[in-house]
Amino acid sequence: MEVKFSRPAHHRWIEFAVEKAIFGAGIISIIFVALIFLFLLKEGLVLFRHYPFTNFFFGIQWSPISEPPRLGIVPLILGSLAVTLGAVVMAVPLGVCAAIYIAEIAPGWLKDILKGTVEFLAAIPSIVLGFIGLVTLVPMVKNIFHIPTGLTAFSGSIMLAFMAMPTIVSMMEDSLRAVPRAYREGALALGATRWQTIYRVLIPAASSGILAAVMLGIGRVIGETMAVMMITGNSARLPTTLLEPVRTMTATIAAEMGEAVQGSTHYSSLFAIGIVLFIITFLINLTASAFIKRRK
Amino acid sequence: MRLNPKITEKIAFAFLFLSTLVIVVPVILITIELLKNGMSVMSWKFLTESPRMGMRAGGIFPAIVGTVYLIVLTILFALPVGILAAIYLSEYARDHWLSKIIDVAIVNLAGVPSVVYGLFGLGIFVTFLNFGTSIVAGALTLSIMSLPVIITSSREALGTIPESFRESSLALGATRWQTIRRIVIPNALPGIITGAILALSRAAGETAPILFTVAAFYLPHLPKTIFDQCMALPYHLYVLATQVPNVKAGVEYGTALVLVAMILILNLMAGAIRSHFRKKKQW
Repeated sequence: MEVKFSRPAHHRWIEFAVEKAIFGAGIISIIFVALIFLFLLKEGLVLFRHYPFTNFFFGIQWSPISEPPRLGIVPLILGSLAVTLGAVVMAVPLGVCAAIYIAEIAPGWLKDILKGTVEFLAAIPSIVLGFIGLVTLVPMVKNIFHIPTGLTAFSGSIMLAFMAMPTIVSMMEDSLRAVPRAYREGALALGATRWQTIYRVLIPAASSGILAAVMLGIGRVIGETMAVMMITGNSARLPTTLLEPVRTMTATIAAEMGEAVQGSTHYSSLFAIGIVLFIITFLINLTASAFIKRRK
Repeated sequence: MRLNPKITEKIAFAFLFLSTLVIVVPVILITIELLKNGMSVMSWKFLTESPRMGMRAGGIFPAIVGTVYLIVLTILFALPVGILAAIYLSEYARDHWLSKIIDVAIVNLAGVPSVVYGLFGLGIFVTFLNFGTSIVAGALTLSIMSLPVIITSSREALGTIPESFRESSLALGATRWQTIRRIVIPNALPGIITGAILALSRAAGETAPILFTVAAFYLPHLPKTIFDQCMALPYHLYVLATQVPNVKAGVEYGTALVLVAMILILNLMAGAIRSHFRKKKQW
């Protein structure tokens, strides 16, 4: 390794330029978050010049190409909510249990296989899972419940629960690993069984990690687009049960942007949905990182 | 009546094991399903020919090429910026309000739904900067989406370099940037590359961000410049599965299998690099 002891002037200049570039790159994530929000606002807020704010947020009918267009996002929000709630109810208990098994109970060789499988699941693109769900899960739901179509909020929930699993499992595993060794040993030394240790010591100690896992899982689920669009049936009506087609906010954007004329009310309303989504996920992620901090 | 703790433990562990199976078994079934149905159409022709008969027959070559273009450009845009950002956070930033805001920004950037990235790409690259629906617009959108992953993994890689390396270099009279360039980055490179490949494999499978920024329904020829549209594997699968009636299932499965295989190869590469350098590491 050659290290020069004299520092020529151009070195100082390079040093200066490089440090400025590094600083610029350092704050780029702030810039992009701001830019994303700004561009969503720029394209989305135009809507409210022609369309009343309250009709957008409280309207219960979404039919953008009717005359005049009705752009109420309540059915879409309820659609997202139904699918997300369904997914979380299924994914959280399963994910937490699986993480405990993988992190604390499984023998070494099995642990590697299980972890590998969950990582593989995380790597499968949502479009592929959506396609598989469409050809396998959807007909199954249809036959089990004897309903006219298997494209329902329930099918979407199952698929999303499945997709959120890697996030929840790995987050939960990290939290369990973060519990100090002494806690575990202390409990075992007092004569507790392994299960009692897990149940009475590890889970309470990792509780803020569990909350973080839940939040990140919700964030993952509510933003999921392709699989949801393919499986939930895409009908923008007010859902009454989980066994009906629904349409989420994400699916609405993805499905309709192709047809919306640039600059039209329809176009800006899709960006306005984007604003709503951005704010929701922003809040969810903020909460999640607060829980993660507390864990440390 | 209280159950014997030993029996309670057995029941609980069995239950936890079953929960794990509920997650793992479908993954195995999906893999088998993909392999079984996908392999039936897999051939050299399928990989190297253009689609024919309204995409119901023929191959998926343009979609493969499009996806390769997209990920190469994505990494060209995202990697330099991502590494520099990580260097700032790990080598320069002090623990004050700015680095806290950056942390929050990274977490949120990672959590923005992919379809919102698509909207952003449409707003800024396609419309505002007037790139049109093009490979460059799509790749820029994907690279912003990959940034948080690259920054986080590079930062971790830089963080594992012992402080003594930096101190020795500085003590020998090297400047801060010389130390970073000659000592810190070379030692952190395997970790950085691993993270970058994983970010790429995620970008390769994304559909929503390229939906309105680059993806073409069907293009009979390959793109000539980065300002052309292109086909891409994930979007092609979406089109086949939802927009084209009467597609043979084999073609759909084949497309899905190629996409998953590509992503799996990238992941295995990342894993191989990681374990190779972990063995060589002396500290």
